[in-house]
Amino acid sequence: MVEVLKRLAEARGVTGNENEVRDIILELARPLADECYVDRIGNVIAKKKGSKGGRKVMIAAHMDEIGFIISRISDNGMLRFLPVGGIDQRILVSKRVLVGKDRVPGVIGVKAIHLQEPDERRKVINQKQMYIDIGARSREEAEKVVKIGDYASFDSDFVCFGDNKVKSKALDDRAGCSILLELLKDTYECDLYACFTVQEEIGLRGAEVAAYHIEPDLGLVVEGTTCADLPDVPDHLHTTRMGKGPAISFMDNSSIANKDLFKRMVKTAEDNSIPYQIKENVAGGNDAGRIQTSRSGVPTVVVSVPCRYIHSPSSVMDLDDFKNTHLLIQKFLKGVEA
Amino acid sequence: MKRLLELLTGTYGPSGSEEDIREVIEKEVREYADEVYTDALGSLIAVKKGKGRKVMLAAHMDQIGLIVTGIDDNGFLRFSNVGGISPFNVIHRKVRFQNGVTGVVSYETELEDIRNLKLGKMYIDIGAKSKDEAKALVNIGDVAVYDAPMAVCGDRVTGCAMDDRAGCAVLVETLKRVRNTDHELYFVFTVQEEVGLRGARTSAYGIMPDIGISVDVTLTGDTPKSRPMAINLGEGPAIKVKDASVIAHPKVKELMIQRAREAGIPYQLEVLEAGGTDSGAIHLTGAGVPSGVISIPCRYVHSAQEMVDLKDLTQAVELLVTILEKEIEI
Repeated sequence: MVEVLKRLAEARGVTGNENEVRDIILELARPLADECYVDRIGNVIAKKKGSKGGRKVMIAAHMDEIGFIISRISDNGMLRFLPVGGIDQRILVSKRVLVGKDRVPGVIGVKAIHLQEPDERRKVINQKQMYIDIGARSREEAEKVVKIGDYASFDSDFVCFGDNKVKSKALDDRAGCSILLELLKDTYECDLYACFTVQEEIGLRGAEVAAYHIEPDLGLVVEGTTCADLPDVPDHLHTTRMGKGPAISFMDNSSIANKDLFKRMVKTAEDNSIPYQIKENVAGGNDAGRIQTSRSGVPTVVVSVPCRYIHSPSSVMDLDDFKNTHLLIQKFLKGVEA
Repeated sequence: MKRLLELLTGTYGPSGSEEDIREVIEKEVREYADEVYTDALGSLIAVKKGKGRKVMLAAHMDQIGLIVTGIDDNGFLRFSNVGGISPFNVIHRKVRFQNGVTGVVSYETELEDIRNLKLGKMYIDIGAKSKDEAKALVNIGDVAVYDAPMAVCGDRVTGCAMDDRAGCAVLVETLKRVRNTDHELYFVFTVQEEVGLRGARTSAYGIMPDIGISVDVTLTGDTPKSRPMAINLGEGPAIKVKDASVIAHPKVKELMIQRAREAGIPYQLEVLEAGGTDSGAIHLTGAGVPSGVISIPCRYVHSAQEMVDLKDLTQAVELLVTILEKEIEI
């Protein structure tokens, strides 16, 4: 499972450009699923027939990650860019990125501290003042390797460290994608539709399309979510805590959990002695928002793996949380009647 | 109407936890409808069968609330908002959970400037002395609503959740009174309007109506130095022209105006700058549904003491009944 996570997390798949991730998922899902296809917006849908069939369960994790899109090439060969998805501009300076299909290495630059006015130093540098430096000397030279509209993603290795922790980009939501692939190894009574969605980070677009054509009876979303168990954050704003198990959401900005499913998820954890936590915040949104309101409505619930420093090149996750999230959902799905 | 409104506003039902209010409304409508059912998200749908136009009437049964996100060691509850809760509207308000537990909302008083007050610096005090004591009463994810029983002053009443139990009351009364109609009527009491018109979206998809009319409250511009708005309390139901979620279909709007004039029912025209209602979701359903809104003027919307005029409600019922009993050509 961790090997798959590493492979997926190191692949590049900024929203709208999920190809690399999709190819890996197709390769891994095809042997496990009864049917596997790519829909017209780009979602991968892997169907696993149930032993009894009947109820359709849609389980979704998004393939896309936050990143950048090249908007302009300056005369001096520097690339101007726009963020794709929610990015904290304070984390951008000096980060390494890979641009375009050919993975052109670059670094996000701003003018050096020596050249900044005293009051400039105290301010957060706006993303609009930044550029990606790919070492080109001129526009012509840059245009040989980069085009406007090319994507750039964080260049960040997947590293295991500390006490069973990993550091990587894109754990949101390659963690969910890896869990879905692992779930496909099992069979369940219900029909399982594992959906690897596109374009979550810019408005849950892939999930809307997938839910519409699958018409599920029940929706489950596996996410990477905020974890703010940090020294400077008051206890009541931690949202989730690392190492305390999968986080079950009662509500976020995009959906309110179906009460029955929420209770069943909690009970599944308790009955199987799987550690779990309730996500103690209403922040963020995810694919459940679109699945729930698809057609005449779908009961949904969200389970997340806590990730510190989410939406950065170095998010941190606990591998036990990751494995327990898989275990919890596996047990839950085993309990869904056909 | 007064009794019904008191019953509906006194019943618990924040977005996502509409079980109690759904049960109460179901009891009210059961004997007047040909069929009553609940959809996948929880909206209650009462059908009056007919051969004419398929008309969806919607009022949302959910109310705004405070959702518990954490319980501290001393038994204080941290919370977030369900729908539009302003920090200033909830200070020192009494709130109530589904199981009857009540509490008072307060804030961290070390705050230097009250203008910086955010929900993250507020808490609910349910009188518990420890985390364990609090946990025995309330869970994370539980939702509290204002505890503000309806009070009467003449034709006007105040209390919580007039938004949109006033609309629900209008729909219930309309269902009870409408008789001579060929149209197929769907009285829909929607869920999760306050968090993004979600129940209306799914119920409309299930019904696929020919025309949609929602009934919700709107703001007024008739209090001292209020934001200018050409709606006054007690001067009749408002026919919506537009808000942030929908532009009323001109023919639906014209039909409403025409029927009001024919029946001599006073009405006002409403342009609401911010805010939206279920018609915002209904009109975009399927290949599109011509939609309009009848609004109940309401002061102090989203506070614990929303004020409506009962005359506006009864006139809204009269207007709806005449619309439904006559031809609907769109």
